[in-house]
Amino acid sequence: MTDYDKVMSKKLDIMKKSLKLDYQKFELEGIAFDYEKMMTDQGYDFSDVRRIQLENNVGNTPLIELKNITAYARKFAKEGYGARIFLKDEAQNLSGSFKARRAAISVYHAKKLGYKGVVAATSGNYGAAVAAMAARLGLKCIIVQECFDSNEKNQPEIIEKARRCEAYGAEVVQLSVGPELFYEFLNILESTHYFNASLYSPYGVMGIETLGYEIAEELLKKEGKYPEVVIATNAGGGNLTGTARGLKYHGAKTTQIIGASVDLSGLHMASDKDFNLKSFTTGHTGFGIPFATFPDRSDVPRSAARPLRYMDEYVLVNQGSVFFMTEALSLLEGMERGPAGNTSLAAAFSIAQTLPKDHIIVVQESEYTGAGKHFNAQISFAKQQGIKLKFGNPLEEIPGTNLIFPNSGKDVKHKKLNMMDLKKSYLKRYKDHIFSNLELKYLEAEIRLDQKDILRLMEEINESTS
Amino acid sequence: MIKKNTYVLIKKIILDHEDRTAHLPDDTKRVDYVMKIKGLLTHDANLNDEVTILSDTHRLIKGKLIEVNPSYTHSYGEHLDEVLKMKSIILSEMEDLNHD
Repeated sequence: MTDYDKVMSKKLDIMKKSLKLDYQKFELEGIAFDYEKMMTDQGYDFSDVRRIQLENNVGNTPLIELKNITAYARKFAKEGYGARIFLKDEAQNLSGSFKARRAAISVYHAKKLGYKGVVAATSGNYGAAVAAMAARLGLKCIIVQECFDSNEKNQPEIIEKARRCEAYGAEVVQLSVGPELFYEFLNILESTHYFNASLYSPYGVMGIETLGYEIAEELLKKEGKYPEVVIATNAGGGNLTGTARGLKYHGAKTTQIIGASVDLSGLHMASDKDFNLKSFTTGHTGFGIPFATFPDRSDVPRSAARPLRYMDEYVLVNQGSVFFMTEALSLLEGMERGPAGNTSLAAAFSIAQTLPKDHIIVVQESEYTGAGKHFNAQISFAKQQGIKLKFGNPLEEIPGTNLIFPNSGKDVKHKKLNMMDLKKSYLKRYKDHIFSNLELKYLEAEIRLDQKDILRLMEEINESTS
Repeated sequence: MIKKNTYVLIKKIILDHEDRTAHLPDDTKRVDYVMKIKGLLTHDANLNDEVTILSDTHRLIKGKLIEVNPSYTHSYGEHLDEVLKMKSIILSEMEDLNHD
């Protein structure tokens, strides 16, 4: 047995010790488990989550109407169209992103259980969020990042995130490209006995429920209604899942939930060569689609982030359009924010034009920006990697080959993914499996289809040869 | 000679390319899986020596010393005409609205 196999074979045991959470008790039968029980059986109710966050300068971020961005979108909409766009300015959170909401609960829980430190596997804003909370609660913190390719070239965005973690006193472990990050992550958990501050634990997701709740609460107070649409940038699925749960918890049951990702089709996420051809290291399809169609690929046995349970639509925008909208947000609203967080803004700009003027669309996050994490840094880096910079039809952008910026705001367009295809792709891993009634019931909630449609899709899958 | 207790960056091969997991694209499979980490040197050493460092969470980690007093050099990138052009598109398309 190689070292790699040895560590991986201890995976479940290490997970259990590093979370003190027995996932076995939520298992039902076959593929089914009790998701709601897992989310609500952790000793924190909604008011506890809110209290912990507010005590730590997390949450209650401003919800800002983007009047000029709305006016800009309306220029390209037909008469009577162009929904009002609002932005939840999550960059105002401790550590500069909505990830603080997730970290607040994870790290609090680690402290409560008596762990001396926390470890998180993340190349994103979650690292800084965990580091900041660990600093406040006096815990040690290790952040494990995928950071550089075999030429030792770093993604500038990830270097900035490392810097921020170190500013809060965390230790940063930087790794080359590959899924073996999980192997090293397990090694560190095992040798340090620290807590696994996973993005995908119930704590990592329940922390976002306050975000959806605040949106519902504030709009109801200000506008007398819930938003017609909330758009969440989608990667691992936790952002969308938590936001949707919070909205529903408040009562916003008819609000449409749209996921938005940057289209990186064609780039392989485990490819050493493709790693630095991306201009976005998160919020993209390379995470968004695999995690939606197989949530349990994450670093815990059962992921709390299950976007297909909540997503009404899934749209894609290209890298060039997100950079364009990042520039527009600065120029028209005086808000300089990081590009990845503006993925859903680009989608909102386009979707607003298809909705009546009196409808409200909420873009549910923004993130901080800075050296490395600025759109100018990202575009400049792309150019150095040989990516061609062009103006034209953004939907013709080829990830890894070019960045296409729109010639006009009217060219910022979203592309819809077929939800049925995503659901079918979710089911594919169960080819030739005969579902029990309980499993079918689980799937009904899991991918929001009735049994008849699930069985029809399964028939198609079972008949196909691939 | 680099003195003990100097802040350094080390590099360590976590998995030799032959020991990497299956299911990898070919370009990734061909290269070693590598870690970099910073910490305080526990003994005097020279660049490229195999050394032991004390990390920020007080872990002792072995690896090749590749940088002394590592610092951040990431920036906002170079000037880009494309960014200027986007700026001019956005401002000119909004010009009429601003004068309403």
